[in-house]
Amino acid sequence: MLKKKIIYEIAEWPFRLLMSAIDVLMRPIQKIVGINGMPYIFLLPNFLFFGLFVIIPLGINLIFSFTGGTELYVENRPFVGDKQYQFIFDCENYFIPNSCNEDLFWRGVYNTITFVFFQVGFMVIFSLITALILNKKIIGRSFFRSVYFFPVLLSPVVVGVIWKWILLRNGLLNSFIENFGGSKVLFLTEPTWAMFWVVFVSIWAHMGFYTLIILAGLQAIPPNLYEAAEMDGTKRERIFWRITLPLLWSNLLVVIILALIKGVQTFDEIYVLTGGGPGTSTSLIVQYIYTTGFAAAGAVQNFGLAAAASMILGIVLLVLTLIQLYLGWSKEEKKQDI
Amino acid sequence: MIASKTNLFNMLTKKRYGNKKHWTDLFSYFYLAIGVLLMFGPVLWLGLSSFKTAAGLTEYPPTFLPLAQLEVMVEGYKKPLLLYNVKMEDGSLMELAEIRRIGIISQMVDPNNPKIRYKIPIENRERIREFKMAWENYTEPLERFNFLHYLKNSVSVTVLATIITLIINSMAAYGLSIYEFKGKTVAIVFVIGTLLIPLTIILVPVYYVISNFMMVNSLWGVILPGAATPTGVFLLRQYMLTLPRELIEAARMDNASEWSIYWRVVLPLSLPAIAVLAIFSIMWRWNEFLWPLIVLGRSEVYTVQIGLNAFQGELITQWHYLLAMTILALLPIAIIFAFLQRFITTGIASSGMK
Repeated sequence: MLKKKIIYEIAEWPFRLLMSAIDVLMRPIQKIVGINGMPYIFLLPNFLFFGLFVIIPLGINLIFSFTGGTELYVENRPFVGDKQYQFIFDCENYFIPNSCNEDLFWRGVYNTITFVFFQVGFMVIFSLITALILNKKIIGRSFFRSVYFFPVLLSPVVVGVIWKWILLRNGLLNSFIENFGGSKVLFLTEPTWAMFWVVFVSIWAHMGFYTLIILAGLQAIPPNLYEAAEMDGTKRERIFWRITLPLLWSNLLVVIILALIKGVQTFDEIYVLTGGGPGTSTSLIVQYIYTTGFAAAGAVQNFGLAAAASMILGIVLLVLTLIQLYLGWSKEEKKQDI
Repeated sequence: MIASKTNLFNMLTKKRYGNKKHWTDLFSYFYLAIGVLLMFGPVLWLGLSSFKTAAGLTEYPPTFLPLAQLEVMVEGYKKPLLLYNVKMEDGSLMELAEIRRIGIISQMVDPNNPKIRYKIPIENRERIREFKMAWENYTEPLERFNFLHYLKNSVSVTVLATIITLIINSMAAYGLSIYEFKGKTVAIVFVIGTLLIPLTIILVPVYYVISNFMMVNSLWGVILPGAATPTGVFLLRQYMLTLPRELIEAARMDNASEWSIYWRVVLPLSLPAIAVLAIFSIMWRWNEFLWPLIVLGRSEVYTVQIGLNAFQGELITQWHYLLAMTILALLPIAIIFAFLQRFITTGIASSGMK
C-alpha cells in the first residue's frame, strides 16, 4: 500500500512541477484579465489548434480547389476558377466511369457506393444479431463481448497484414479449400473477390464497435416491458418485432448514419490489403484523394484536383453528419418526453 | 407420480422469464462459437505463424504449429544438413541427410557413416521435424532493420500527443463547464463544428499548414494536427458539469487562483474521464495511419504502422519478419485492452467515440 503511494507520488511529481510553472505564468494574467476573462484563456490553446488545423485549412481547401499548377504554396498557384470541378464533372454519362474525363474519380465514387452499401448493410445486421445474443443471459457473456470487440482496437495495418496472410495464394484459406476438394482462388487479385474480402475484413474489424453501441441501446429498454409481455405469454418473435425493434429504432438509425460516415471515409485497411487493386477495383474515394494529392507514382502531385475532390466528399459527409445530429437531438427530446 | 416428477424438473430448470426452450437459445451458442473462431482465429494464426522459420512459412499446405526441420552436422560438410526419413529400395527405413538436390533426385548421406552416398528419388523421403519457435524472427528485425527506431518514434508520438491532448482538452472543457461568459454558445457550436470536419476532407490544406511550419518529415507534424479533439472536450466537459459548484466557490473564497482551482481541484476530481480520454488517445495515436503516411516520407521518422506498411508492400515480402513485427505492433494495444477493458467499453458505450 505504502509502496503504491510512493509510486503515485513519483509519477505525479513532473505533473505538479509543470502545473506550478504554468501557475507562475497564469497569476499575472489573471490579474490583468480578471476572473471573467479567464475562460477565454482556458479555451485559447485548444481553439488555437482548432483554428490552425481545422478551420483555416477548410478555407485554404476552398482556395486550393480553385487553383491549378503543381506548387504547394498558395501564393504561387494560378487561379483557374471552377476548372478542377469542371474537370471532375466532365462526363458523357455519369453512370459509366469510362466516359468521364477523370474516370479514376468516378470509379472511386462507384466503388465507395458499392463498398458502403454492403459494408454498412451487413455490418449493422450482424452487429444487431450479436448485440441481441449478448444481451441474453448466457454463460461467459463478458468473454464473448470482448471477443467481438477486440479487433476494433487493432490498427488497420495489423488488420491488413493478418488477412493478407490468410488470403494468400498459398495461405490458410486456400489450403482449407483444397482440403475440401476445391481449387485455389486468387482472393486478392480477382476484382469481385477482392471487393468481397475488403468488405468482409472491414466488417470484421469494426463490427464490435457498433455491437457495443447497439448493446447499450438494448440495455436502456425498460425491463418491465419485457416482464409484462412474458406474463401475457407473448411469443419471442412478437416481442422482438413489437417491443425491441421499435424502441431500438432511433438508436439503430444513429448507428447506421455513423457507419455510413465512417464507411465513406474508409482507406486504411483497403490500402494495406489490396492497395486499391487489382487495377482500381477496390480503390475508394479517399484513396483517390490520397493518390492524386500525395502519392501518384511518376505523376505530378495535383493538389488542386485533390482539394476539389475533398470538397465534394466533404459535402456528402456534411449532409450525413447533419442527419446524425438531427437524429441525436430528436432522440434526446424523446427521452425527455418520457 | 409422473406429474410431480415433471413438476420438479420444471422447477429446477425454470428460468426467470418463461420456461420454454426456444430455437434462439441453441442458435446463440452456435453463433457465438463461430464468432470466437472467426474473430480469434486470424489473430491466433498470425501468432503461430510468426514463430515459423522462413522455410516453414513457404510450406504448403501449412502446418498448424511452428515446426522446423531437424538439421545435423555431418563430417566433411561445412553447413548443417537437413534430415529426412527415407524409404529405401529394399523397403527398409533410414535417417539420411541431404547434400544437394538435382531435379527429382536427392543426393543423401548417412550421418553416422558419411562415406557412402545415396541417390534417392524425392518422393521416397519425408522431412523430420520438431516443434521449434523461431525467436530470431523477433530479434533479427530489431537489429537489422530500423524497427527499434520505429518503435521509439511511435512511443514518442503517442506519449507527447496524449499529454498535449489531455492538457489542452481539459483546459477547454474546464472553461466551457465552470464559467458563464459571453460567446460560450458560439464556442460550443464551434467545437461541434470541428466534429463535422474529419481530417480526410482537409488533407491537402493541413499538409500545407504543416509544411509552412517546416514540420513535414517530422514527428511534430503528426502530433500537432490531431491534438485538439472535439470528442475529448465534450467527454471531459460532460464529466466536469457534474462536479459540485460549491467546491469551486469554496476554493475561490480561499483566494486560490483560477489556474490552481483547475489543476488542484477539478483535474483530480475528473480523473475517471481523463483516464478514458488518455486510453483512447493512446490507441488513436498508436494506430494512426493515413496522416503519418502523408507527413512521414523518410524512414528515420517512420512510426511502427508506416514501417510495417512499407515492409509489407515490398516486392518480395519477408513474411517471417513481417508477421513477427505485426505481433510487436499489436502487443501494446493488446496489453492495454487486457487490463483496461472496462474503461474502453464503457467509454464507447457512453460517448459513442472510437
